[in-house]
Amino acid sequence: MSKIHVTTKINGDEVEFLADPRETLLDCLRDHVGLTGTKEGCGTGDCGACSVELDGTLVCSCLVLGAEANGKSVNTIEGMAKGEELHPLQRKFIEHAALQCGFCTPGILVAAKSLLEKNPNPTEEEARFWLAGNLCRCTGYDKIIRAVLDAAAEMRETA
Amino acid sequence: MNYHVATSFEEASAIAAASKGVTRFLAGGTDVLVQMRAGIVQPDDIIDIKKISGTDVIAQNDDGSWRIGIAVPGARLGAHAGFGSDWPGIVEGMELVGSTQVQSRATLTGNLCNGSPAADSVPGLVAAGATVTVVGTKGSREIVVENIPAGPGRTTLEKGEVIAAINVPARGANAGDAYLRFIPRTEMDIAVVGCAVNLRLEGDKVVEARVAVGAVAPTVILVPEAAEAIIGTTLDDAALAALAAAASAASKPISDKRGTAEFRIEIAGVLAKRAAKIAYARAKGEK
Repeated sequence: MSKIHVTTKINGDEVEFLADPRETLLDCLRDHVGLTGTKEGCGTGDCGACSVELDGTLVCSCLVLGAEANGKSVNTIEGMAKGEELHPLQRKFIEHAALQCGFCTPGILVAAKSLLEKNPNPTEEEARFWLAGNLCRCTGYDKIIRAVLDAAAEMRETA
Repeated sequence: MNYHVATSFEEASAIAAASKGVTRFLAGGTDVLVQMRAGIVQPDDIIDIKKISGTDVIAQNDDGSWRIGIAVPGARLGAHAGFGSDWPGIVEGMELVGSTQVQSRATLTGNLCNGSPAADSVPGLVAAGATVTVVGTKGSREIVVENIPAGPGRTTLEKGEVIAAINVPARGANAGDAYLRFIPRTEMDIAVVGCAVNLRLEGDKVVEARVAVGAVAPTVILVPEAAEAIIGTTLDDAALAALAAAASAASKPISDKRGTAEFRIEIAGVLAKRAAKIAYARAKGEK
């Protein structure tokens, strides 16, 4: 089966890979590009663990074919910290202990970042609604929501 | 599997018609990729149609009608102030589909072509009297939305036929629509019953109406008897009772893990009444 040559910009860097037409963007990120921060949970768009930004919109990378990413930009969890300096959301997740096993965390961080770019001052309800597609089986969500709202407050102050 | 990127609907249609195996058109992919992963569908040819020019556009025609591109995702439909003010019932149905992530990709056309009887965006389109432009190898035709689903997971589209746009009529004055669904939780679930009502008033009186119900038959269905129950009335209690009775009578649901047939029949009537009241208030210019 012939592979498809895909050229993308991932976290700002030009990246090329060869994708089997059946492979999802998630498969390509993990298996061809070596970016394993994006996790596979359900593989059917229900859990949000594989959340990435595709041309600036939040998507489940398991519901996008790798071939569809040709000519597009992809932002993953690996692009969130600036070198050693964590993104405020990442810091607040640690401070609030907003994770236990951590499997859902990359997807939730990417989704929360996307929320705060769109709405820097979300209500608790708006944050919960936005993140409804990110499942966490450990925390009960409360600490996640607190961390997101706290990070939003800090980002508004420093903006 | 071959991945094709079509540059026109005629090309997409030709690729599908020439395929010797299973074909799927790809726009948002939120159903197709799930089915591929589950092994329900193993396409030989997948045809990406969202690079076709104009497919990401919501356009209003000079006569006030709307043309919605097949690749417009739910989030963009919901953010379009003009369309949302004309057809809030269609928009609120589409916005119930999936999470933020799914809303970035899922489309009205995909929700229609997936053929689910419980598709949340379809009753609103049916009640609105929307049509689809279908391109095939023999040219294009326009089909009313209610004639697209053939049964769970099936459509009436023939091999090589592809939907090129959804056409929604001009809203016109003194009119409103609404969609409601029942689910046992608050969000992120599949409709147990859904109902859309679209109506037009003259003064306080309903002069035109269309009622569609979902998840109570093998396809979303238009219920003319339910519309007749409220046309000519001021949506008084007697009219609402007749509407509910007609919506329930048209419902031929199955019992499954989401709800029993008896429950669905009852709820179809309840939702019809509530949706009609919201549509009526919207037609009056109330919130």
